[in-house]
Amino acid sequence: MTIDWSHFTPWTALAGGALIGLAAALLVLLNGRIAGISGVLGGLFGPARGDIAWRVAFVLGLVAAPLAYGLFQPLPAPQIDADTAALVAAGLLVGVGTRYGAGCTSGHGVCGLSRLSPRSLVATGCFMGAGFATVFVLRHLLRLQGA
Amino acid sequence: MPVFTSLLAGLVFGIGLMVSGMANPAKVLGFLDLFGRWDPSLALVMGGAVAVASAGFFMARRRAVSLLGAAMRLPTSRQIDRRLVAGSVLFGIGWGMAGFCPGPALVALGMGQGKAGLFVAAMLAGMALFELIERRGRTRSGQQTTLQQPTGR
Repeated sequence: MTIDWSHFTPWTALAGGALIGLAAALLVLLNGRIAGISGVLGGLFGPARGDIAWRVAFVLGLVAAPLAYGLFQPLPAPQIDADTAALVAAGLLVGVGTRYGAGCTSGHGVCGLSRLSPRSLVATGCFMGAGFATVFVLRHLLRLQGA
Repeated sequence: MPVFTSLLAGLVFGIGLMVSGMANPAKVLGFLDLFGRWDPSLALVMGGAVAVASAGFFMARRRAVSLLGAAMRLPTSRQIDRRLVAGSVLFGIGWGMAGFCPGPALVALGMGQGKAGLFVAAMLAGMALFELIERRGRTRSGQQTTLQQPTGR
């Protein structure tokens, strides 16, 4: 392991992280809800009525974030290297996996760890470990993924 | 009001993802490349988020209702089972393939990235598939489907 100092951005990482934490705190204190993106989205498929509006509003907030950000700063250009097949396969895996595992990076990673939930600690270890292993295999063994 | 605060939380969350660089899959993959040239930024994003959110959850834990009077809907399950582990592993594989998890994909979609739109469509299809399998499983096992009625507004 070598640290990629040229891409490491500690200060913006911490600042952005603090904003993410603030958003999670706002949602739980004001709405009494967990800011877990996969859970918020997944609930839209569920049978519960009268439970839709806050979910749609949260998702709209996420999608509209670049608009708000663009008022103050030029928008950064995301670099998406995965091809169509990889994006579709990855999307399906993320969709199914986060629902079976009942959470993703936000629900288990941020909110769960903040609540000191052992369940979320296990989940976070699992998806991080699987993520590390997948990139190792794709990037260094099969050389299918560009660095 | 709850709809407005939810929108605000989503907005702040999304801006946080952009500021931290996490809406960029290449940067996320730089973190997941633990055995190559490793960019530790994501660890600090999580650290910063957990530090602030912990204070929020600490205050939330002692409340019966939210500041807006909604019921507190905190997870109660403590079960560490195969579903949790297998689901999280599947998610991690998908995460490592494209560098997208649900939040950043929605933000990148908002930036007008067609590839993010494709990922989001596939992710929603995956969630729908999960729902379908779950419902079929419930009917087959003959259990009564108890609809979770929300107590919040």
